[in-house]
Amino acid sequence: MGLIAAENITKDYQIGEVTVRALKGASFNIEPASFVSFVGPSGSGKTTLLNLIGCLDKPSAGRLLVAGMDVSSFGKRDSAIFRGKNIGFIFQDFNLIPVLTVFENIEYPLLMVQNASPGDRKKRVMSLLGAVGMTEQKDKYPDQISGGQKQRVAVARALVTNPKLVLADEPTANLDHKTAYMVIELMKKMRDDFQTTFIFSTHDQKIVGEAEILYILEDGELVGKQMKGGENHA
Amino acid sequence: MRNLFKIAIRNLMRYRRRTILTASLIAIGVIFVLVFVSVSGSFKNMIISQITGSMLGDMEIHRKGYVASIDNLPLTLMLNSQQVEKAQGAIKKIPEIEAYSPRIKFGGLFSNFVETTNIRLNGVYPDMEMKTLPLLASRIIEGEKAIKKGEIIIPELLARGMKVKVGDMIVVIATNKDGSVNGKQLKVGGILESATGPGGRDGYVHLEDTLEILRMEEQEISEIAIKLYDFGKLNKVANGLDADLGKYVNKQDKPIFEVHTWETLSPFYNIARMIDMMTLFIKIMLIAIVLISIMNVMIMAVYERIREIGTIAAIGTLPGKILSMFVIEGFSLGVLGAVVGNVIGVVIVYVLDLAKITFDFGRQTGLVLSPTLQVSDILVVSVIVIIVAVLGSLQPALKASRMEPIVALRHV
Repeated sequence: MGLIAAENITKDYQIGEVTVRALKGASFNIEPASFVSFVGPSGSGKTTLLNLIGCLDKPSAGRLLVAGMDVSSFGKRDSAIFRGKNIGFIFQDFNLIPVLTVFENIEYPLLMVQNASPGDRKKRVMSLLGAVGMTEQKDKYPDQISGGQKQRVAVARALVTNPKLVLADEPTANLDHKTAYMVIELMKKMRDDFQTTFIFSTHDQKIVGEAEILYILEDGELVGKQMKGGENHA
Repeated sequence: MRNLFKIAIRNLMRYRRRTILTASLIAIGVIFVLVFVSVSGSFKNMIISQITGSMLGDMEIHRKGYVASIDNLPLTLMLNSQQVEKAQGAIKKIPEIEAYSPRIKFGGLFSNFVETTNIRLNGVYPDMEMKTLPLLASRIIEGEKAIKKGEIIIPELLARGMKVKVGDMIVVIATNKDGSVNGKQLKVGGILESATGPGGRDGYVHLEDTLEILRMEEQEISEIAIKLYDFGKLNKVANGLDADLGKYVNKQDKPIFEVHTWETLSPFYNIARMIDMMTLFIKIMLIAIVLISIMNVMIMAVYERIREIGTIAAIGTLPGKILSMFVIEGFSLGVLGAVVGNVIGVVIVYVLDLAKITFDFGRQTGLVLSPTLQVSDILVVSVIVIIVAVLGSLQPALKASRMEPIVALRHV
């Protein structure tokens, strides 16, 4: 069984009296330890799909299983608990907590979500700081490091709880090309090291080529799937 | 919890200027309350101790109905010797009572052989009266600080008006309860400083001279003044004494005695209550200041950190923990304001105490204000501030905890 199984999921938004269908019957399966990208132009439904997979939103119709759980039935608290255990997030704007140091930002999910012991926290955070090459900057605050470094910290924060899945919505949008490429490489390395599934959305054509599986979205519809070095499906 | 406090304090430091301004506002409120409570409390306590320590006593026992006619000093509503004995028996059973003094209060004429005027007099046993009214001696501004047989202590205004000095002979004339008039020549033994309040312009004579003036064969008493060791136990002792004396009834099955604390005997009690009311209003103002300033700051904090709230909610922080974060921030701000306010307030009160500010109250001049703060005052004000700070941060904190992460993350 795949890590994610989506069956004909749709998402409607009510804007005033108008109902907008942001996602139109998407179906797909994602296996564990995949490196997947959803691509498409702005408004194609990438973020909507990531929000649904990340249990931040619920599908209007269809069935969505994440790590074997039907997430569409979760309440607010259950969703939060599920996310804390199974999903890591990387945001376009890094979204680090400005009053916490690099170390404390990475430690935050272990401390506030998983209530890990101080010993475990330190071991895990130091290991990830080393993995993302940020050990030297561990005592700096977010406003004292560069955008690329912030995103490396965000990658470490997303991985610190050992999640099954990391979701990254346009993780390179605010980075220059060289740094963006380095962040994607880092994510791939983390996938290899921790066997965590990475799903990211992007509309940057230079980054798109780094994904191993590519889902193409247009106007809320999943219009194609490409496997790196493999077959393409319409 | 420690980490929640760490985050809260860092967030307060993040908006340093705003935190300082809000904490200052709270601190000013706390200072204002503490200074007002200490100054008004000092004034109130000083006046109460003057009234109870130099005129009334802490409480008094009368025959039922006497107080209703107290302005006339009725000689027909006196306690007879058996009743006095019963009252003394009840008093002696109460260990909280330090001293008591039986008094005969009567009105008469005062003559310096040239002019005549009216006078209100207390016939007392000097030792018992001085023990019951420890500040009475300090009111004797001329002459020996004692009430001797054959002498009279007269109020200052009367002495001045009648041009009478210590050592002069005068005559007191009074009508007894049978209507017969009698007079006695007395030497002016002292001049008594006038005081504001009931009995503040009364003179004093020895009780045995009073019996003679009133031709009283069997001693009768107008009232018994009582002083307690601990003024704080006033109501408890008064209630106990009232209950004990309540068992004595007359032929009509009505109580013989009535017990009154100074509060029902002195009009200053209304001023004291007004001071208490003002203190209450000042505390309500403090609550309003804290509530509005904390709510304002916390609403701004939530509004400015919507994306941050979305982030921590997205990564799995439970709503309860988000609520705690903001409540702790409000709590910390309240504690900061309370601590700063208390420290500055205590220093101001200490300086005011050192300054020895004087004031006049009625006929009494040069009363020295000595404001003091009880630990309980500081605790009450601190608890009010902290509780209100928590309540003020509750609504913004609830708003933060109920935020949908997806909506919060989209916020620009």
